Amino acid sequence: MGYEEPVTDYDKIVENCTCAFCGSNCDDLDCLVKDNHVVAVRHACRLGASKIMEDEDQRLKVPMMRNENGELVEVEWETALDAAAELIANSVRPLFYGWSETSIEAMKPGLELTELVGAVIDNQATICHGPTVQAVQNVGYPLMTLGEVKNRADMVVYTGSNPMNAHPRHLSRYTTFPKGWFRKRGRYDRTLVTWDPKYSDTAKLSDIWIPFEENGDYEFVNAIRAVLKGKKLKKDVIAGIPTEDIYELTEKMKNTQFGALFFGLGLTHTLSKQRNIDIAIQLVQDLNKYTKWVLLPMRGHFNVNGFNIFMSYEMGFPYGVDFCRGYPRYMIGETTTIDLLNRKEADVFLVIAADPGAHFPSGANMHLVDIPVIQIDIHWGPTTELADIVLPGTFIGVETAGTSYRMDSVPLNMKKAIDPPETCREDEWIVTELLNRVKKIKEASK
Amino acid sequence: MEYILKNGIVYDPINEVNGEKKDVMFKDGKIVDNVSDSAKVLDVTDKLVMPAGVDVHCHLAGPKLCLGRLYRPEDERRGVKPKTDITRAETGFSIPSCPATGYRYSRMGYGTVVEAAVPPLEAKHTHEEIIAIPNIDIPTLPLFGNNWFVLQFVKEGNIEDLAAFVSAWLKITKGYGVKLVNPCGSEAWGWGMNVHGIDDPAPYWDVTAREVIRGLAEANEMLGLPHSIHVHPNDLGHPGNFPTTLNTIDCMKDIKKNSEYRNQTIHLTHAQFHCYDGTSWRDVTSGVEPVADYINKHDHVTMDMGQVTLDETTTMTADGPMEYDLYELTGLKWANKDIELETASGLVPFIYSGRNPVHSLQWAIGLELALTIKDTWKVALTTDSPNAGPFIRYPRVISWLMSNQRRMEMMDNKEVHSWAARKSSLATLDRDYDFYDIATITRAGPSKIYGFEDRGHLGVGALADIAVYDLEPNNFDPSINAAAVEQAFGNALYTIKDGEVLVKDGEIVKVVSSRHVWSNVQGFEDEEKRVIEQIMPMFNKYYTVKFENYKVHDHYAEPSCEYKINASK
Repeated sequence: MGYEEPVTDYDKIVENCTCAFCGSNCDDLDCLVKDNHVVAVRHACRLGASKIMEDEDQRLKVPMMRNENGELVEVEWETALDAAAELIANSVRPLFYGWSETSIEAMKPGLELTELVGAVIDNQATICHGPTVQAVQNVGYPLMTLGEVKNRADMVVYTGSNPMNAHPRHLSRYTTFPKGWFRKRGRYDRTLVTWDPKYSDTAKLSDIWIPFEENGDYEFVNAIRAVLKGKKLKKDVIAGIPTEDIYELTEKMKNTQFGALFFGLGLTHTLSKQRNIDIAIQLVQDLNKYTKWVLLPMRGHFNVNGFNIFMSYEMGFPYGVDFCRGYPRYMIGETTTIDLLNRKEADVFLVIAADPGAHFPSGANMHLVDIPVIQIDIHWGPTTELADIVLPGTFIGVETAGTSYRMDSVPLNMKKAIDPPETCREDEWIVTELLNRVKKIKEASK
Repeated sequence: MEYILKNGIVYDPINEVNGEKKDVMFKDGKIVDNVSDSAKVLDVTDKLVMPAGVDVHCHLAGPKLCLGRLYRPEDERRGVKPKTDITRAETGFSIPSCPATGYRYSRMGYGTVVEAAVPPLEAKHTHEEIIAIPNIDIPTLPLFGNNWFVLQFVKEGNIEDLAAFVSAWLKITKGYGVKLVNPCGSEAWGWGMNVHGIDDPAPYWDVTAREVIRGLAEANEMLGLPHSIHVHPNDLGHPGNFPTTLNTIDCMKDIKKNSEYRNQTIHLTHAQFHCYDGTSWRDVTSGVEPVADYINKHDHVTMDMGQVTLDETTTMTADGPMEYDLYELTGLKWANKDIELETASGLVPFIYSGRNPVHSLQWAIGLELALTIKDTWKVALTTDSPNAGPFIRYPRVISWLMSNQRRMEMMDNKEVHSWAARKSSLATLDRDYDFYDIATITRAGPSKIYGFEDRGHLGVGALADIAVYDLEPNNFDPSINAAAVEQAFGNALYTIKDGEVLVKDGEIVKVVSSRHVWSNVQGFEDEEKRVIEQIMPMFNKYYTVKFENYKVHDHYAEPSCEYKINASK
């Protein structure tokens, strides 16, 4: 990475935009706009900036449908929307998946459509922090907003996540480097700890790195809990870590003034799955007997948490909600996307702001090949290859304003900086159109 | 549209109407004194008619609720109802989904419900939930008692700037009044600590609850806000906490009231949790007598009950340390949510049982309070929903208040543990509330406490928010018919909101959007601007959001019901 000259050729600056990339939702971005195009982004990390600036790359710009030859060809909006509505209205087990990279405003008509046709609605939590939600339902959820960590924390622990690569401003904006009210010297007032089998970029920055062995997370955390409760460890090495290190770490965690534990998919998706999170939460609960500890899952998409919140307040359940009986049902393994696809239950799949083609297990994707797939998205991706109808949306937080919830559940109103391409439509508009058309079909058939 | 509600037996305490048979007329959403011949007649001959209910304190929308729903699917699976042609599906018992919340309040004949704790940083979330709740108007109370700016202004003794800050933050959060929760204690929870009593300073701040309560009260009165400060005192739920409660209300007695409508300068919320004597859960007894005695002798304080309903429920409060204590006591799953610069909060499920001595005593204390405070205008009916029980139990609480026979039956039949009778004076109280008293504690009093001049009564010009219940007060003795009272108050014959019939025969017939009720203080704009400029460096440095993105934009609070308040400086 060489030195890059600052961009000086722009028409206007749109300040305090919210980044639509990861769950950090940094809301301090300044977008430099020229000819209705973002030419530079101040304050954003490279991930956020490149997503915003290189937005035209592989952009879906027109509605498309697959023809007899299996090729996607451009069609009118009317044609595509009518065909999609027809599919949804006539399906028996429709499944509406995605939602984590769109706004709450788009979810509202989406849920209405779900209730109308008795569909299943689900989001990416089903394949990422689903085990976290299960663990939370088992044992509790001691959380905070990120500013609490900034202002108070003197120990910050990351495990099963590598924010330096995945949430690049997490340390600099929220947890480790900033100067806080009670941590006037910022980084110097804090101990940064990483528990991770890998020597990740976050581990390289840390004061303490605990490289427990792969799938050793449950055993390792269990050992800390045991030490905390005054037990003596009987092995010399636990999960690849010498016990004296565990004693030392436990002592440090106990004697800190305010500690924060952040965990990612590295914890939710190793062998013990939600049990890993159970024990991590319980560790934090135990530590509160001695001092102050909190935790937070590192959510990925900028509104993945928003969907879980939205569904909880609208219908009482966070994800994987089935309306086929006229009331919401939430049964993990029963009403969750992967399971529905593996059992070949779903007969129409609407995917909005997600890329199952890239992320789902191949068994689930094989069923997607067999059923009609309607895609609402802004970029061409593996899912587009599976899609039968493609409806091009707009970019929330850049081209369209909307509400999102940060990983710590702070709601943000995301501004728009530029106008969307003329041929694209807002997600909210597309979903509302589908809803209205399905309503009409249902009424006509009564 | 014109309506005439014919021949009901009307209870309207604000207009001193006590069980008169009369017609209530309304037109275009307001009560009027005459209507044309074409008015639609709703015949409610001999039925019980009251203004629609006003709830002074409930947790029904916002981040805590949402966390509760997310982590308690076991609660959401209770109370499931499929969708109908008019209503959406319902879920939840103690923490119902938003649509269910609106429908259930509407079915009970309620028209206005106050959301009692809103962290300003997440006020947008609360307003988003209000959008999803139908059929009731919802004022919100932002949390100020542990806000760092408040602590600073109080420390400097700078009441004028504090008032400007409160005024600005009510606009920013679209809030209605000032809420304090465990002042200084929730800030201490930032370090896993708590404060005890009103003179124990918050760590590092050197500010006490006494100073915060008095400072915010002075600011509240300087602005002339329609509601007084709304206080959840320190030491909630601790045996021997009644002196803290007394100190809290007593430290307010010299504050001058600046409102013609309300009588109080402090509202003591969920008083039941604050009236315990003794030193531990083993020797705890009721501490109602001194508190009730104080309230009987002083007019600057009102209270609501926080009545325990003996259900499995979910406790949730901005009193973070209290929730951790509860977790240590019960071992049930503990959730916590601290909000930067503003507050703490926590949740723990709780299973109240009549077999448990402490829970039974709590049950007795709530009723004892309501029955020993003589002036019903100082009492409001709440369960601090969902903390002491879900709001759908209000009809049951009404039936207890109206029937000494039922209360004695519960104590005699061992529906509650003997501690209820042994450790409180409940068994000696034979007072029965009548319908006028019930109308006072569920409508008239609450609207007076909140300074709602346009609701809680049926005078000309008031909002046509009316409830009709399937009881005939002249042919019915509530003191011996508790079950019938509960049934009637839980299923309104009519609930009318802004002149529209929303409920008929206990079923929802129409769904409308809830309004966001907030106070817009006029005349403090220059001071607000100056104070915002003054605090902006601290805001930018220590919050993790930009000020521009912090506020509740107008579109989150539509439709709104804005009260313009003329600040008297």
